[in-house]
Amino acid sequence: MEVKVRPLECWNDFKKYREEYYKNYLEAKEKGGIRWAGSAWAFDAIPKGLGEDVYPLTGEPYGATCAFYHDFSRQCLETIERRGVARDLCGYMRNYWGSIAQNKYLLADGTIVEPFPKPDFNFTIHICCTHAKWYHYAAELEGGVPTFAVDISVGPGYLLDDKKINYVVKQLNDAIAWMEKITGREYDDELLIKAVYAEADSMSTWAKICKLNQAKPAPLEEKSMFSLYVLNLINRSDPEVAKLYHKLHDEVESRVKRGIGALTFEQFRFLTDNPPPWAFLKVYRYLEKEYGAVSLGAIYTFGLAGGWLGMDEKGEKWIWEPAPTPEEAGVEITNREEALRWTAEYNLRYRASWQHEYSHWIRKLETYQMIKDWNADAIIMHINRGCELWNMSTLEVRDYLVKQGVPVATYEGNMADPRDFDEARTFNVIDSFMQSMGIEKLSGK
Amino acid sequence: MGKKVEELPQLKQFQEWFDKRHEYAKEWKKKNGGKVVGYYCTYCPEEILYAAGVLPVRILGSHEPESITRPYLHDMYCPFCHDTLAQGLQGRYDYLDGATLAQSCLHMRQSYFSFVDRVPNIEWSYYLHFPHGVNNPHAAEYLRGELEKFKAAVEEWTGTTITNKELDEAIEVYNKNRQLMKQVFELRKSENPPITGLHAMHMVVSSQMVDKRDHNEVLESLLEDLKDVEVERETGTRLILIGSEDDDRSFLELVEYGINYPATFVYEECCTGARYFWDEVKPKEDRLMALAERYVYRIPCPAKDWAAGKLIRRRFQHIERVIKDYNVQGAIITQMKFCDPHELDIPSLRDLFDKHDVKHLTLELDITQPVGQFRTRVEAFLEAMGEEDLFF
Repeated sequence: MEVKVRPLECWNDFKKYREEYYKNYLEAKEKGGIRWAGSAWAFDAIPKGLGEDVYPLTGEPYGATCAFYHDFSRQCLETIERRGVARDLCGYMRNYWGSIAQNKYLLADGTIVEPFPKPDFNFTIHICCTHAKWYHYAAELEGGVPTFAVDISVGPGYLLDDKKINYVVKQLNDAIAWMEKITGREYDDELLIKAVYAEADSMSTWAKICKLNQAKPAPLEEKSMFSLYVLNLINRSDPEVAKLYHKLHDEVESRVKRGIGALTFEQFRFLTDNPPPWAFLKVYRYLEKEYGAVSLGAIYTFGLAGGWLGMDEKGEKWIWEPAPTPEEAGVEITNREEALRWTAEYNLRYRASWQHEYSHWIRKLETYQMIKDWNADAIIMHINRGCELWNMSTLEVRDYLVKQGVPVATYEGNMADPRDFDEARTFNVIDSFMQSMGIEKLSGK
Repeated sequence: MGKKVEELPQLKQFQEWFDKRHEYAKEWKKKNGGKVVGYYCTYCPEEILYAAGVLPVRILGSHEPESITRPYLHDMYCPFCHDTLAQGLQGRYDYLDGATLAQSCLHMRQSYFSFVDRVPNIEWSYYLHFPHGVNNPHAAEYLRGELEKFKAAVEEWTGTTITNKELDEAIEVYNKNRQLMKQVFELRKSENPPITGLHAMHMVVSSQMVDKRDHNEVLESLLEDLKDVEVERETGTRLILIGSEDDDRSFLELVEYGINYPATFVYEECCTGARYFWDEVKPKEDRLMALAERYVYRIPCPAKDWAAGKLIRRRFQHIERVIKDYNVQGAIITQMKFCDPHELDIPSLRDLFDKHDVKHLTLELDITQPVGQFRTRVEAFLEAMGEEDLFF
């Protein structure tokens, strides 16, 4: 059945924000501001207390942007490999290091500028084997940039207790004292509180947007969602980002009410798994155009940028419902301690992508529940050589889903190293998979 | 004339325990009626298990080709995690009653979860949320809380109550083992080290497999015998081994016994070497805090060694001391294929060796080793080191 399709009205707002974000980081020093670099998973509300002229650069989205411009990516990867860095390490990180090593900085529109803007400090978290060590070596490459990483390895949300939360809160308090010392600035708790509210608002609103994609026809397809979810990975504690997500939410809600879909013909609904191969997003368009197959999302796109209830208290069932904001939870944040506690607990409990790192059982339940809740016909899993964290459990999940009767296809690639992707083979896998399920090409109908 | 090293019965005993680890554990169960728990990573607080009358044994690979783990573990996960899971799937650990992992790297984590799910004899498992950030000042206090939960879980499973007395005894046995192995390592500082890296590996790995009381007895007697031992082999180039699970005999034999240029490992900075035993538990009224501090402040695995405010790696600081104390001339960095924590350190580690004028060679390890290729590379490495003397 043919459905109505409309371009997203707020598309350009998101595009503009992303372009300005990279530019602001570049030009921070001209404005007398502070630059900090760290993981997209860092507690990004914390540096906000240093002032309103504090500009972050989060490494994973930067690495993905490099990968998208694959000629630049190749230069980065080869430069850093010549320094003895192993080729199987995180693809984002190698792009980031290679960018530093070349002393070249990439803007969102593909413009390359020199030199690479050096941060005043690195501030990150550590959950996989890479995050903190990424910035440790980056700091060395840049001649000794002060670096602070917060250990968040306390387990999944449903096993949280006060001692675990306190462990993280204490580190965040230490981080503030450390930031004051290295920047010479006095910390402003009001700015922190504002940022913490914005963070929860941005993440919970994104979760509400994702829920809307349960509708048939789906109002959004995942390739476009990549350009939308990313604001939560670059600056989610900015109130402007929260505002943009509210705007998007209202628009998507309206699309659902009016029956506006992402695809003109939606004959097949599927989920994906893992970050995509950023240099080959054409895979998504191929599925859309050839098969009327809409990618509804993934535990990656939804779970990384969204706040979700996640595992129930007993650890037996995954709940895909948006996590409450402070206002929804009836919590008023009035001082630093409360703000730190809120952001620590919100992230540890509700950041879906942090939960399944502690057991493949969680990830099995999380994925299977998503397939049911979003009415997906199948899942196409990217066996991603570029990220050992996102790749943990994928084969166990595959095995579990197959046993539950879910059609599963896998293709191997790399989210951020274009050299590790076999385009023709991937399209063959897709064609075979669709044929095996009796899904005909639209052109054949 | 002293005894010949290769004929020392204690070294033969270590090798026998290494070779017959599974037979030992089965025999121990029969004799003691206790439970045996396999652990994946050396951050496991073994003392708590031992205090409950449990024998902790390390789960290691066998270095044989396998093809049964691919449905569960991605190809780019390290050979160690494939090899260990393969052991479980093949029934080699069919005597284990339980398995545990003190949170370490992702690969081991995935292998552990697949192991406990798919090895049918595992009736108890425990994932200990060990902190990653061992360089932050709150890690020990946090770990203390997790050890409390671990202890309670062990007590519940075994139906025992672990008292301070039992913990003290376990700590004493374990500390003694650490002290004795450290004394053996001290002897390796000498001009002609009495034992090789191969002997040291057998010693350390067997200590991870057998009851520490048995191991201590043999260690004490070994230290006596080593006083007047006759070292027949030429020491040659003094090497440090850097790596992780370096328990592949074929590699150590190759470097120390199979090459035309003499060379001896005088120190193994790996978790089948010094990292396992180097630091002791400093007794405290709060036993769990004492244990937590020992495990947090031990020489860190690269997976846990990163900046928390100060741009330092504690492992590197330790390596710098070893270079000096053991008069290290060359380093062989054995990189377990796909092991990210080590790979992330290697560029900086090479810089460190360059700074100290220690020549280095990096070799990538797999489940089985390309011995022929390694022979050529190690020989070239040792030969190149010797050439400097020629030119001088």
